[in-house]
Amino acid sequence: MSSLVQLTSSIKKEEESSENRIDSPAAIIAAHSHSSGDLSPSDLDSIRDKLSQSQGKQYWRSLEELANTSAFQELLHREFPSQASEWNDPAGRRRFLKLMGASLALAGLTACTRQPTETIAPYVRQPEQMVPGQPLYYATAMELGGSATGLLVESHEGRPTKVEGNPGHPASLGATDLFAQASVLSLYDPDRSQTLTRIGEITAWSAFLGAIRPIIAAQTGLQGAGLRILTETVTSPTLADQLRKLLAAFPRAKWHQYDAAGRVNASEGARLAFGQYVNTIYQFDKADVVLSLDADFLSCGPGHLRYSRDFISRRRLQDGKTEMNRLYVVESEMTNTGAKADNRLALRPSEIEVFARAVAAPLGVQMGSNAQLLNDRIAKWSDAIVRDLKQHAGRSIVIAGDYQPPVVHALAHAMNGALGNVGKTVIYTDAVEARAENQIQSITELAQDLDSGQIDLLLILGGNPVYNAPADLNFAERIRQAKLRVHLSLYKDETSELCQWHIPQAHYLESWGDTRAYDGTVSVIQPLIAPLYRGKTAYEVLAAFSDQPERTSYDIIRDYWMANRGSGNRVSPVPASGATDATGQPPRAGQVPAPAAAPAGQSATPGPASADFEQFWRRALHDGVIPNTQMPPKTISVAANWAAQAPSTQSGVSQDAPLEICFRPDPTIYDGRFANNGWLQELPKPITKLTWDNAVMISPATAASRGLESNVGSLGGLIAADQVVLSFKDRSILAPILIMPGHADGCATVYLGYGRRSAGRVGSDQGYNAYAIRTTDAQWSGTGLQISKTGDKVDLAVTQLQHMIDTEQLRDRDLVRSGKIDDYKHDPTLYPAHGHGTPEKHEGDHTPSLYPEYEYTGYKWGMTIDINACVGCNACVVSCQAENNIPVVGKEQVSRGREMHWLRVDSYFKGSPENPETYFQPVPCMHCENAPCEVVCPVAATVHSSEGLNDMVYNRCVGTRYCSNNCPYKVRRFNFLLYQDWDTPGFKLMRNPDVTVRSRGVMEKCTYCVQRISRARIQAEKEDRAIRDGEVKTACQAVCPTEAIIFGDINDSGSRVAKLKAEPRNYGLLAELNTRPRTTYLGAVRNPNPELE
Amino acid sequence: MADQEQDTEHQLDYEHPHETVRPDISIPPVIRPGHTFATVTDKISSIALTRRTPLAWFIGAGIAFTLTLLLFYTIGYLVLKGIGIWGNNIPVGWAFDIINFVWWIGIGHAGTLISAILLLLRQTWRTSINRFAEAMTLFAVASAAIFPVFHTGRPWLAYWLFPYPNSMDIYPQFRSPLIWDVFAVSTYATVSALFWFIGLIPDFATLRDRAKRRSAKMIYGMLAMGWRGSAVHWHRYETTYLLLAGLATPLVVSVHTVVSFDFAVGIVPGWHATIFPPYFVAGAIYAGFAMVLTLAIPLRKLYGLEDFITMRHLKNMAKIMLATGLIVAYGYMMETFTAWYSGNTYEQYMITNRFTGPYAVMYWSLIACNVVIPQILWIKRVRNNILMLFLVSLVVSVGMWLERYIIIVVSLHRDFLPSSWGNYTATVWDWSMFIGTIGLFFALMFLFIRFLPMISIFEMRTILPQAGVKDVKEAAD
Repeated sequence: MSSLVQLTSSIKKEEESSENRIDSPAAIIAAHSHSSGDLSPSDLDSIRDKLSQSQGKQYWRSLEELANTSAFQELLHREFPSQASEWNDPAGRRRFLKLMGASLALAGLTACTRQPTETIAPYVRQPEQMVPGQPLYYATAMELGGSATGLLVESHEGRPTKVEGNPGHPASLGATDLFAQASVLSLYDPDRSQTLTRIGEITAWSAFLGAIRPIIAAQTGLQGAGLRILTETVTSPTLADQLRKLLAAFPRAKWHQYDAAGRVNASEGARLAFGQYVNTIYQFDKADVVLSLDADFLSCGPGHLRYSRDFISRRRLQDGKTEMNRLYVVESEMTNTGAKADNRLALRPSEIEVFARAVAAPLGVQMGSNAQLLNDRIAKWSDAIVRDLKQHAGRSIVIAGDYQPPVVHALAHAMNGALGNVGKTVIYTDAVEARAENQIQSITELAQDLDSGQIDLLLILGGNPVYNAPADLNFAERIRQAKLRVHLSLYKDETSELCQWHIPQAHYLESWGDTRAYDGTVSVIQPLIAPLYRGKTAYEVLAAFSDQPERTSYDIIRDYWMANRGSGNRVSPVPASGATDATGQPPRAGQVPAPAAAPAGQSATPGPASADFEQFWRRALHDGVIPNTQMPPKTISVAANWAAQAPSTQSGVSQDAPLEICFRPDPTIYDGRFANNGWLQELPKPITKLTWDNAVMISPATAASRGLESNVGSLGGLIAADQVVLSFKDRSILAPILIMPGHADGCATVYLGYGRRSAGRVGSDQGYNAYAIRTTDAQWSGTGLQISKTGDKVDLAVTQLQHMIDTEQLRDRDLVRSGKIDDYKHDPTLYPAHGHGTPEKHEGDHTPSLYPEYEYTGYKWGMTIDINACVGCNACVVSCQAENNIPVVGKEQVSRGREMHWLRVDSYFKGSPENPETYFQPVPCMHCENAPCEVVCPVAATVHSSEGLNDMVYNRCVGTRYCSNNCPYKVRRFNFLLYQDWDTPGFKLMRNPDVTVRSRGVMEKCTYCVQRISRARIQAEKEDRAIRDGEVKTACQAVCPTEAIIFGDINDSGSRVAKLKAEPRNYGLLAELNTRPRTTYLGAVRNPNPELE
Repeated sequence: MADQEQDTEHQLDYEHPHETVRPDISIPPVIRPGHTFATVTDKISSIALTRRTPLAWFIGAGIAFTLTLLLFYTIGYLVLKGIGIWGNNIPVGWAFDIINFVWWIGIGHAGTLISAILLLLRQTWRTSINRFAEAMTLFAVASAAIFPVFHTGRPWLAYWLFPYPNSMDIYPQFRSPLIWDVFAVSTYATVSALFWFIGLIPDFATLRDRAKRRSAKMIYGMLAMGWRGSAVHWHRYETTYLLLAGLATPLVVSVHTVVSFDFAVGIVPGWHATIFPPYFVAGAIYAGFAMVLTLAIPLRKLYGLEDFITMRHLKNMAKIMLATGLIVAYGYMMETFTAWYSGNTYEQYMITNRFTGPYAVMYWSLIACNVVIPQILWIKRVRNNILMLFLVSLVVSVGMWLERYIIIVVSLHRDFLPSSWGNYTATVWDWSMFIGTIGLFFALMFLFIRFLPMISIFEMRTILPQAGVKDVKEAAD
């Protein structure tokens, strides 16, 4: 570049001189004196001589010609004087040679690389809106446990690569949970079922249709008496409509629902309280006091993302605000919600009902006998909470957890009623499910029917009952009683093995569908890609039972909405019109999906639909929600005699009660359906940071009393845990224990979802199967657990071995600043009194460094993380993994301390291990101003960018790991082995094309999503403006339900991040090391009830 | 064995007091009974030329070569799979790789110290041991150099640490101590090799002249580089040798100082300490002399060199070990004191963790090996006891290895954020690499003692009393 400048400048010089040549000979002498140089007085003399000697008519061009000096001759004959002059300039020549050498080397390199011999087919016709390299976003939705989260999915040339939340969706507001983030990996999972099989043999969909028709014909005569359909919780209006029609056609057929992690207790609790199934919506943004009875509303259950946002919005201490809500949590195990509690009480499952009654009675809830055997602790807590709730009547929420028995839900409803919260903070609507029912009864009934041997066809649409049905139903045996079994599922799982027909299910990212959110809002699920493996949807399988067996789900969904869109939020079973839109096929891979993002009318498909519907449809697809489909509020009150119908389950509190057991869906692989998802398997569980396994969680006291231990092992992430036999209701399993501070004494928590036999190569044979001891009468908790030590040790892989930071030796480390609201009012910096060093100083006011300061004339990126807002949901970790092509390393490598997550969420305990305060601290790269990693890299592979980023140059890294050793935050990750899967073709489609895929031997770390910054910068430069605040959202920030992570330009004093950095709560982690971290934290503030201190 | 040796020493020290009074090379030492120029030359050159190779050599070399093969196998597997085959993890990014590197470099220190500094200080007793101490230095540096190269994630790109001109216009990052390491170690290796080779030239000529086989004559002849022993040769030789000694002297201090910067420049508690340079240099000399003793004691026994490597040498080396050991002990003390005095919670925790953490056993073993046990060298009877000296030297070698383990692994495994803490355990590949380099070291050592004069023949001759007198007496030994 600069040599080019040199060339042009010397050309200019020549030009100037030639102009001068015409102008004045004297100027030529002046201009050329530097090159010819020696036009001395003696030359002039010789000119005069020559002139005097010349005869005839002669023209002279310049004095030099006349002088006939060698320099002038040279000038006359040089063809490329400018470049040739480079040879005389030693510096320029070197530069020139170097450039030549470089281009030669590059030419040589291309010659040496073997070019792939593949044929590349370019677009013959460029799809509209598609610019190669520019992603497109499409709205869709993901359903889990009968509740949808609205999504916007990033698509690169037709390949979905990254999931974001849909800001227009009420359950998302732009955030997503970890399951949605990881769903991209499931889409491309090579272990997904790829073929339709009949008794293991690959066959065709048409063969299935052919085989099923005679059975349907036979059932028509029997009115469907031999037909059973088993689904998971259905909220899809279209699927419900199909089922309704099917049941109308086959009146004696039965439709059963079973969701292993279903919300039976919530439904039944509502029925107990109100006499009917209702859906409850909480408005945490209006609640001053929240009492959670084992409800983990911040990390699971319908609407938890929305609830997190709303709940945290009442705790944001910004701009001088000093008011915040108060959260009481009563629970058995330590959940994310419990970790955020201002006052947390750990109780055994059986005590929670006792506690609920103790709170309910003073609030005036009628519940028959109130005679309770209360212990002092419960009495003290309930008294204080009752007073607080009464003071905030109408501005409080009592919420019961899905794992609590129906009576606790009924009590919560009654308490909300008594407090006048209904209609203010608690809204009731009709049930969101297409058919609310007691799913345990439903599956039990199915199991009994199976025994009769009268079932000719069992159609299982999704779900894995052989694996996860209650153990006492013995489903694996009973399912064989059905004559023909058809299973639609994503994987060939335990149930598929026992079914004659297995139909591969289309992933939600490759299928059309519709679903409802927690408040009933309908989203149309639109595919991002044509089914990779010819998967079918439940709609299509059910269509096989109708008179139009070959209909696609697109037609089914579209037709349903064409017929029903006016019916608003409640769908009546009207038969769909038979209109078919033949052109509305899902897109093929490599093509743009449905032109949903196109403005209405553009490339509109002419069809039978009215233009009005077309507009509605396009709007629905574009927005990701169908407007006005949320359920209307319902005025309802607790039945007066509800308590009489309540089963008397409570037995009071006694100290020497037998051990109790709690079953919980796993925080990362849920009920086991995500077992083959490596991202979720390797995602550390929120509090324990356990990966790849489930363990029996028990309290320190319970462990001590039974002589059980889980010890830190000899590797970077190893815990050697005692193995125990868990015996419950005459069934027993082997499992490792894990000691969990804050767990209630006298009970043990087990996570469901592990111990899969045939989950795939990632998920099979990990952990133990807790379903094996889970029965119909103890779905979520039960009494009578026996634990006995086997004497063996089990290796568990965890990413964080040390959680307590309040020990004598660690107390002085100013890691997590926290305090009570009074402390905050007193000193908003929350600086610990016993802390070491000096308080965090503000930007620019720091101890000096040997190296000069960096100047930031443009952007200066920075991040704040509000520990007070972080609920530890882990979505950011998976989001980062998806965005940045971060590999999965496996259990063995995690146990060696080599997990690759660029962002981790540390969890810390303060106080007593019996009931500690818990804090979450997400730790990405700090992008230090004085980065310790930068100075020690011998090859300059990690360098400071002009915008303050600490860049990692993978190509240059030789892998000395010095940077990681010198990083006080230990955020750098090293490819100790070849962790990336370079071979699986599916994963090549999945990766983010904007991020380098790293190979082994290279260090890597958080980049602040530099690819997103670059994209925004390009856009901004095209529009000739600066990047706006909020335009760049890092992957972790984008998914955060509580907006705990804020990224932006610190140089812009109006940016959100700059304002947050000016908050007194802002502090730098390990700032006393003078690293001047660019990622800073906002301290956590708690608002505990002074009475309970 | 020990008693017999003690007698010899008596004889040397008291019956022939001239042995101890040898202030200057220019002053010819008094004749020592039984040795003449010829006997010295015969005895030393015969090991390389005429004497039967002892069976012990074959056994020892066999083991060493086998271990060298293990090293090659490990390196092959390492390059194929990546350094994940080792136990390194994220808090502990460096472990055996750098421990062994520093350990070997430390061992390499005695060679230069003995050859250069003691030469300049006219310590003539160095003459008997300088040759193989220098060889030891070279081989130790060779063993050490393997680690920084192969500990990188992509060893095929390790040459990027050198500032070579390239079309990418990228140079190494000169702020990094690893770059200083590259220069320090490569300079050290170069100067040591030159020094060693130049010192060997007159002896090569001796071997050339005495060799019977043509191949030996050719090879030694080429290595002798035309040495004829003329006065001009000797003059130039002496000048060069002294100059090189002057050049090598600062390296004794610089290499381990620079190696210590790898840690001292880092911010890890347990690394970030100003005492590191002197304490590392002292530790290196300590380890180096321990290794010289470890090698010298069996060698002199095996080849009957008790006449040349006398108790005096062993005792002197023991005294140096004692002195440097005390400096090292002072280093440990100051580390602890500084941690306490700094009031820095991270430093204090680091020390507490060393004392009581998961690696406390190693720390206390280190204190035992490097501080407590060597104190028995204060006792004269121990210094006179060869077996004890041998054992102490082994203990010090182990202790110095443990010191690096403590500095590297124990500092890294628990640094600032408790969330990142994690333990470290070496894998079988860590051990095979370490043991393999020991094999390589000894394999080179065995080749050296078999084919080259392990004691400087001509320098030994200069310390004979006859050196200045033309009086060659036949002697039967």
